[in-house]
Amino acid sequence: MIQKFISFTLIAAFLFSCKKEIPKETLTKEIAKIATVKSLNYQQLKPLLEKQDDKIYVVNFWATWCAPCVKELPYFEKIGAEYKSKNVEVLLVSLDFPKQVSTKLIPFINKNNIQSEVVLLDDFNEDIWIKAIDATWSGALPATLIYHKNKRKFYEQTFDYETLENELKQFLN
Amino acid sequence: MKTIKNTLILAMLILMTTAFSTRTENGYKIGDTIEDFSLKNIDDKMVSLADYKKAKGFIIIFTCNMCPYSVANEDRINALDAKYKSKGFPVIAINPNDPKASKGDGFEDMKVRAKEKGFTFPYLFDEGQKVYPKFGASKTPHVFIVSKKSMKVEYIGAIDNSSKNPDAVTEKYVENAVDALLAGKKIEKTETKAIGCTIKVL
Repeated sequence: MIQKFISFTLIAAFLFSCKKEIPKETLTKEIAKIATVKSLNYQQLKPLLEKQDDKIYVVNFWATWCAPCVKELPYFEKIGAEYKSKNVEVLLVSLDFPKQVSTKLIPFINKNNIQSEVVLLDDFNEDIWIKAIDATWSGALPATLIYHKNKRKFYEQTFDYETLENELKQFLN
Repeated sequence: MKTIKNTLILAMLILMTTAFSTRTENGYKIGDTIEDFSLKNIDDKMVSLADYKKAKGFIIIFTCNMCPYSVANEDRINALDAKYKSKGFPVIAINPNDPKASKGDGFEDMKVRAKEKGFTFPYLFDEGQKVYPKFGASKTPHVFIVSKKSMKVEYIGAIDNSSKNPDAVTEKYVENAVDALLAGKKIEKTETKAIGCTIKVL
């Protein structure tokens, strides 16, 4: 009985601790620090938003200074980890200011041990590429694109894990 | 028990739909007539558009203290006011954020920031967040140009085509729009987009 109680407490503590922080398993992995983030203009990013392979791509537009983005980032990390075997890939497109890449973005990625691929989108003429990425996007962050070949859905909203997973499930099968 | 559960689910669904319906879809479109508002300025006085008897229109900008894209545009907003106030199109800035959801966007913080940056225009606090949903503002900064007498929305969007970096600007959307209005010409681009921070709500 006591043993049962202890294991229950342990599980509860584990679940609770996972809620807010980065999943524990990532901490046990060898932490590979990154030193650079690839900077792309829209023309260079575009091919990553319209791949025609078998994978389902979850593309999140975010920035380290965007509090709601940072809050939902662990859900994208979790989706990337849990659905990796189901051919799902997460891409994090940062809209941080170029001058803050080394002072904010890279330290953030390393500190939180972000596993998904991060690229920086650095381009002016936002009017053109915001409309090209999705006609309904007002330009507010965070925003998310899920696509599989030519099936695409765009979300100008924040996600919790369950909502994100439900949206992703529409692309599975 | 089951009914309670169902009621709860229903209540949640209703909450979710209302939460989403306050989003941008219902805001003003080009050509719409806007309603005047009365909001508190950083000098503690109430400001309405009707106060500006001589204005030909307004450059209404939803902006805030904390969003880096807003901060990156502060000097440009000052410059717009300097250029167009005397021509009849003053800048009216409105902070749409709920300070409870965005630390640093409180009314006192707004006073500090306006003083630091030498804002020459009213910087209004959207208390209770009643004004920005009417406009359909979705982010900061977000510009709405309105012309009198019919208080018609003439332009919605970005200040220019390079929000992050003022040195890379090649197209000044707001200036072009106001210049067109002043010249009695048609505005070439009435709707543009730029990256911005979501308006903070609790």
